[in-house]
This record gives sequence, structure tokens and C-alpha cells, in this order.
Amino acid sequence: MAEQKVLGMRKVIVCDSEKCNGCQLCEYACSISKEKTTNPRLSRIRSVRIEPTFNMAVACRKCEDPPCKDACPRDAISVDEKIGIPKIDKNKCDGCGWCVMACDFGAIRLNVNDRTMVVCDFCDDNPKCVEFCPTKALKYETIDATGAGLSKKAVNRIVAELQEAAKKD
Amino acid sequence: MKGYAGKYLRVNLGQKKYSAEPLKGEVATKFIGGFGLGAYTLWNEIPKGTDPLSEKNVICWWTGPTAGTIVPASSKYIVAAKSPLTGIFGFGVCSGGFGAELKFAGWDGIVVHGKADKPVYILIDDDVVEFRDASHLWGKDAWETEDMIKRENNDESIKISVIGPSAEKLVKIACINTDKHRQVGRCGMGCVMGSKNLKAIAVRGSQNVEVADLDKLFEYCKAIHEGCQGKATEKYRVFGTPVNVMALNEMGALPTRNFQSGTFEFAEEVSGERMLKTHVRKVQACNACSIGCDHVTLARKESKYAGTVASMDYESLDALGPLCGIHDLDTIIQAVNYCDRFGVDTISAGVILAWAMECYERGILTKNDTDGLDMKFGNGDAMIEALRRMCMREGKFGNLLAGGSRNAARTVGKGAEKYAIQIKGLEYGMYDMRALQTATLGFATCITGAFYQRSGSYQYDTKGTVDRLKLDKTRGPLVSKGEQEYSIVDSLILCKFSRGLYKKMDDSAKIYELVTGVKMSGAELLAAGERIYNLARSFNVREGHGKRKDDYPPERAFEPLNDAVNKGSCIKRNEYDEALDSYYDSCGWSRDGVPTKAKLVSLGLDAAAQEVGV
Repeated sequence: MAEQKVLGMRKVIVCDSEKCNGCQLCEYACSISKEKTTNPRLSRIRSVRIEPTFNMAVACRKCEDPPCKDACPRDAISVDEKIGIPKIDKNKCDGCGWCVMACDFGAIRLNVNDRTMVVCDFCDDNPKCVEFCPTKALKYETIDATGAGLSKKAVNRIVAELQEAAKKD
Repeated sequence: MKGYAGKYLRVNLGQKKYSAEPLKGEVATKFIGGFGLGAYTLWNEIPKGTDPLSEKNVICWWTGPTAGTIVPASSKYIVAAKSPLTGIFGFGVCSGGFGAELKFAGWDGIVVHGKADKPVYILIDDDVVEFRDASHLWGKDAWETEDMIKRENNDESIKISVIGPSAEKLVKIACINTDKHRQVGRCGMGCVMGSKNLKAIAVRGSQNVEVADLDKLFEYCKAIHEGCQGKATEKYRVFGTPVNVMALNEMGALPTRNFQSGTFEFAEEVSGERMLKTHVRKVQACNACSIGCDHVTLARKESKYAGTVASMDYESLDALGPLCGIHDLDTIIQAVNYCDRFGVDTISAGVILAWAMECYERGILTKNDTDGLDMKFGNGDAMIEALRRMCMREGKFGNLLAGGSRNAARTVGKGAEKYAIQIKGLEYGMYDMRALQTATLGFATCITGAFYQRSGSYQYDTKGTVDRLKLDKTRGPLVSKGEQEYSIVDSLILCKFSRGLYKKMDDSAKIYELVTGVKMSGAELLAAGERIYNLARSFNVREGHGKRKDDYPPERAFEPLNDAVNKGSCIKRNEYDEALDSYYDSCGWSRDGVPTKAKLVSLGLDAAAQEVGV
């Protein structure tokens, strides 16, 4: 796993809201992969729809100084600084939910079956939700790569417009 | 048995009591789920001759074994009851998140008896069931009610099956809403909820849905989900069903001006292609669906309906567009928005309004009858206002329309019945009767009345596998086979838009096995489909409405088309009778359309054989 201390250089799950149609299959794929059962409420990624037309899925952002860790009264959450992934010790966690309140993204969830908290572990750098996403709205990449992709998209648009204009001349 | 929750909720609204009842394995395997369990419930629990609006009517919600699993587009549920619109077997299928959520809460279905003394909604939170006061929700539209229930329970993830004010006012075509844009549209199921003072069922579930072979099901479904991104579903995913407008118009099969014509001179203006460019804001998916067909449209800024949102499908678009002579997409969006929020079926609404327009143009209805509305074809303002009055039962005209086209035409008399395009009281779907004749046979024999989703028989015509401008004895077997297949699709319950991904019944049987652990062949599954359809038909026969005399299309089907395309085409009576005979023969029914004792016994329907079999 890549050792990246800088937040922008860590791979996270990025959702393109234009492509996301709110099918929630990321939640199904996650619960099957992680819990060996079908229950979207056990998913580490959450699909959100803001009516009428905005859709997006949200998972852990690998914060540099994660508030979930600081919030835990039982020190159940540890974060490997090198990779930024929070780890929850099930023996220490009692499901109090302070970590949920501390997280800006609502990326931590209660496992209703064993009543401890769960968070995305990025499936050994190969997130199953990303693999399954039917519309390819989900990507596992660095924010920097996302930015580069958007820049390229913008430039491509200009190139296309210039070519179109040239044709007309 | 896996897949199923193994229990259903039995509710008595009058006593405000409920109980958890086991779903017996033998019933589940015989009737599969959804439509099948709906037919089973209606047959066993609704006594002959029950008034659909009395507290004796029973309304039930059923999911299928696949709901809440990774099976593509499986978060579905059906609602069935004796229909107040048609007086016979009524049911509709709905997508959205409610079906899966009910399963996550640990229930396969809900069977509701009785009537509450004042408005209530049922809140299901896993095993906890509460009857909540709904007096503050009474009168609120379906969208607002959804929001209010979520808000007062502080949970956005609650899924709701809800009615609007039309259902409360017992408008006969009232529907049930879920996730705002999805409906149990047909047969007035919402009206039954309204008659029981049941505003909504809200559900939240946190339990696992276990399947028999998770790994294999995952792999199997992954391939189908990938297929859902391909050619087989492109129509639904990319263009949306409104792409039918141009295709059917070219065939001369686009119902226009109350089915007087099969071509619309302004078709291009309301085409799916045009809509995609100018009005579609986003294409969304239901829970667990990788197709995503929900084309959410927005009325344009410059229109008087600016900002109005509606999910647009072909049937709604044609019924409230070309069928009423309307060629302005913004007006159609407003009409669909009204239907969804007030809570009525878009198809029935369009056919009723088009009936009124034709009667008005022919002088059967006057301005006095329409409370001053100028109900000419193409008058968008009048259509929108008439629709609103129908939904709210406002005035003489609104009340007339609210009874459905058959009732309204009977009330008016003066030959108005001829222009009510309905079968068994249910308004016709958007496929021309004379240009797609196999479809017409399917519509006419359908157990719920004129509906296309019970057999899919229009496909033989539109794909050109038969001569669509005539009928013969090859059509009966096509329709009955379609009914058996679709009965299974509606029982499993799968989305019909994914049907292109399942090559044969064995594929569906494989899904059933991986989900439930019960081995079943495609042929056995198809036999279950036949059993389900026969039981639903038997219900109608018991009510005195399931015979040959009830299986004919409206008069208009036998009158020649006057379009340039298909000029002079119509259904010939002798051909229709021949096709109908072939249908009854292939069903194993008498030539009077009644299932035979032998057929019913062979399907394991002994009680039905005794009561109605011939």
C-alpha cells in the first residue's frame, strides 16, 4: 500500500454525481463483500439522493487528522498515519456513536448485528463498490487525479469548440 | 427457505390490531410472491360480491423472494385488492425502495382488513408496528406526505407507500405512490386505501436478507448487471420509454385524440428524442437497479409551468399528450406532476380526459356539463384544469370524471359509452387497437381490464413477428404464453425492463434457486405462472365478470382507421372470434372463457375447480 501522508495524494472513493443514478448497488456490493449478507445498512459507503435529481455516494475520506479518532472515548479507533485508514477495534468499541457525530461525512456506521461501528477499509486498495458500480460513477483515485481529470475534461471541451469553430471557417 | 422473510403482517384497521403470520413454504413455492401471493390472498380472503369500497374489501402488499437481494431491479412490490374502478381483480406493480425496505424489516407482505375510524398510517420499524394518527396528513399531496412522515420520524431512510388527496376523495383511478415518482398506478388501488382511512404505510428495516447461495448469486447477477449496461436495455437507460412516440407514430399505432387516429402530426414535438434534449434533467435508478430508466423532466423556464418536475414515461406522455391532442411537453409535465402528487393513474386520467374531449367535440357534453371548460382537443389549459377538478372531485364535471370513463359514460348516456376506450372498466393503454391487433387481444383478455403489462402481447406486433393488421388462431397461444411469463416476472418480482437479459425461463428459475434454495425448472416456474393467472381469472369468474362477453375490445376497434398509414384497417369480428377461441383453447378454458375443472385441478387449484370450474 502506498505510503502517503499528504491528504490530496491519498486515494479515496470519488463519486461523479453526474454519472451516479442513485441505484444503491454500491451498498449492496459492500454489505455482501464485507458482511457476507445483503443489508445496505451494513454498507461502508452510503448512497444519497437529494430530490429531485442529485445523487452521490459517500465513504471515508481518509482525513489527515481524523476527528473520529479523537472523538472516541474508548480509544477504539486507530489510524495508520501512512495510509490514513481508520481502524476500529471491535473489542473496545461499544457502539456509542460519537465517532459518527464527529465525522463530517457520515462515513461511519453502526453494524446493527454486532452493535459496533464500521468504516470503509478500502478492500485492500481495491474497493468492491467501485468495481461493481454499474455507471462507473465511482472511482478510487487521489483528489489530485480527480482534479487532473477535470482539467483535462475542461481543456478537451475547449479543443472541441475550437475545432468546431475551425470547421465553420 | 431463503430469500423470503418467511412471515407477513396481518392488520385489522378497525381494531387497530396486528399479528405476524408465517408464510408457509408450500404457498410460497406454489405462488412464488408478488402477483401470485396477491391472487392467493384475494381468492381466499375476499368473499364473493364484496363491495370494493366497503370495509370487507382486503388490500395486500407483497414483495417477491428477490426483493432486498442483489438481483437486478428487484426492489418491487405489488398491491392487490378488489378494484373499485372495475369491480374485478385489481393489482399494480411498483418500484422504488419500498419493496426492499419491507424485506429488510423482515416482512414478505402486508394484508390489511377492515377500516380505521379516522385517518391513520402504519409505521413498521422492523418488528415494531404502530398505528399512527394521520389527521394532520389528510389532504396533503403524496409528495408532501412522504416528506412529512420522514421528518416527523427524523429518518430520511424510511420508505413509504402513500396516497394523495384523490384517494381520500375516493376518485376511482387513485394510485399509490412511492419515492415520489413511482406508482402502483392501475386499477384504483389508492382508492381502496382511501376508503380504509389508511394514508400510508411507512417502513424502516435493518435486518439481513439471506439468500441460499450468496457467492453464486453475486457472480450470476454481476453478469446481468453488466448486461444492463448493454444494448438490451439501451432504450430504457438512454432514451427512456418516450422513444416509443416516434416508433409507434411511424407504425400508425400512436393513440391520438381518444384513439380516433394512430398518427399525430406533432409527434416530433413530444418525442423522446426531443424531450431528452430539452426537458430531461437527470436519469435516475430505483433501488438495486443498474438500468436506471427514470427520466426526471423539468418544465422550461419560459413556460408557465416553469420549475415543475415529473418523471416521464411513454404511457403517461401519450395519455396526457397526443391522446388529448396536446403537443406541448411543459403542459404534459404539469399534467403528470398533478397525477403523481394528487395521486391518480396517468393512463386512466388521460383516457378519461380524452373521452370528455371527444364527447365535447361531438356535442354530447356541452359547456354546461363541463362547468364552463372548453374541452377541445389540444386545449392544454382546459385539460390541466379538468384534471385538477377530477383529482379533487371539484364541481359537477370533476365528480363525473372521477368515477372513471365507464361510469362517466354511463351517467352521460347519449351514446357517450361508445367513446369510453376501456375494457372491463379499466382505461386502455397507449397502443392503437387497430394497428396492433395482437396487442388488442392481450388487452381484452387481461384479468385486470385493458392493460399491456400482463402479457406484453404488443411486442409481437411491434417487432413484426406477426401481421399486426390482422388476427388469426396463432395469436391466442402467444397471448396466453405471455400471460404465464409475465405472471412469473410480476411474482418474482423482476423489472420488465430487464427482461431482455433473461433469455429463457430457466434463467429466472436459476435466480429463484440461488435466492431461495428451492430447485425449480423453467417449466415448473411457468406452470406456477399459469396457476397464478388461472386463480386470478377464477376470482373474476366468481364475481360474474370473467367470461367471453367481457373479453371484447371497445366498438372503435372494429371501425376502419382513417389515417394515411394503415388506412381502412380494423379488427374483423370473425377474425377476433377465431383468435379469442384460440386463446381460450390454449389456456385450457371453455369457449365461454371459463377455466375447466380439469385445468384447475391439474394446477393444484382444487377449491377454484369446485367453485367456478366447468
